[in-house]
Amino acid sequence: MNVTFESIGNKLVIRINGDIDHHTCEAIRQRIDNEISKKNPKGIIFDMENVGFMDSSGIGVIIGRFKQISEKGGATSMINVKPQIRRVYEICGLQKIIGVYDSLERAVNGMA
Amino acid sequence: MNIDNVMKLEFLSKSQNESFARSVVAAFIAQLDPTIDELADVKTAVSEAVTNAIIHGYENKLGTVEIVARIMSRTVEIEITDSGKGIENIEVARQPLYTSKPELERSGMGFTVMESFMDEVEVSSVPYQGTTIKMRKTFKKL
Ligand SMILES: Nc1ncnc2c1ncn2[C@@H]1O[C@H](COP(=O)(O)OP(=O)(O)OP(=O)(O)O)[C@@H](O)[C@H]1O
Ligand SMILES: [Mg+2]
Repeated sequence: MNVTFESIGNKLVIRINGDIDHHTCEAIRQRIDNEISKKNPKGIIFDMENVGFMDSSGIGVIIGRFKQISEKGGATSMINVKPQIRRVYEICGLQKIIGVYDSLERAVNGMA
Repeated sequence: MNIDNVMKLEFLSKSQNESFARSVVAAFIAQLDPTIDELADVKTAVSEAVTNAIIHGYENKLGTVEIVARIMSRTVEIEITDSGKGIENIEVARQPLYTSKPELERSGMGFTVMESFMDEVEVSSVPYQGTTIKMRKTFKKL
């Protein structure tokens, strides 16, 4: 597992590499929170291209970061969401709070 | 129904065994040629139950988690057992968004995920003795 970041304007792209489960989620959470406190982004975009598997542990990580960012008025979105992750996302009701976009540009611009 | 095949797996309640456990079950049921989605559903449900055994059952103390998987025609039956603290009120525990550990950023959606991804989920638990989750799913005909 590793996590890399890219800043685009005042948005932070978070690229997670590997499975997101209870074993990996604590390290992922720390890496992201560290970067958020350094960059203080206006919005965050989770790039899930290299996430092969995610369970409810990942939902906890995403909702936790969503809460932080939305307190400051920012949005959280996701790109490159594979079917397994999409199903977990939908069952957990994340579509109400986190947009899924089909490209990075659309996510950066907040276009549906 | 006749049992066509069975496997049993036992491992320590360490979080690094979560991916091992779901991969072993996936490899075992691959003999039924499930679709990619069916395989992913079972993996996700197993991951939820194993994670619950580790964080809630044993609360990160060491114990053993046991998985028994059976194949009956196109149905898989998976039992995941811990000898941990047990669940006092199963009905409450199964409700969406209920979690006893919100401080760990758990979302309380594990049981809902298991119920959505499997055809049947049975929970049996005795406080201070442990918990067994029995789940079934029938794969589409080939
Ligand atoms: N094996 C178990 N032993 C003891 N208690 C359990 C066990 N499995 C579940 N529970 C109890 O049931 C509750 C609900 O479980 P569920 O998986 O739905 O949510 P969670 O684990 O708290 O959060 P999430 O799965 O979304 O990370 C848990 O918070 C816990 O109190
Ligand atoms: Mg759980």
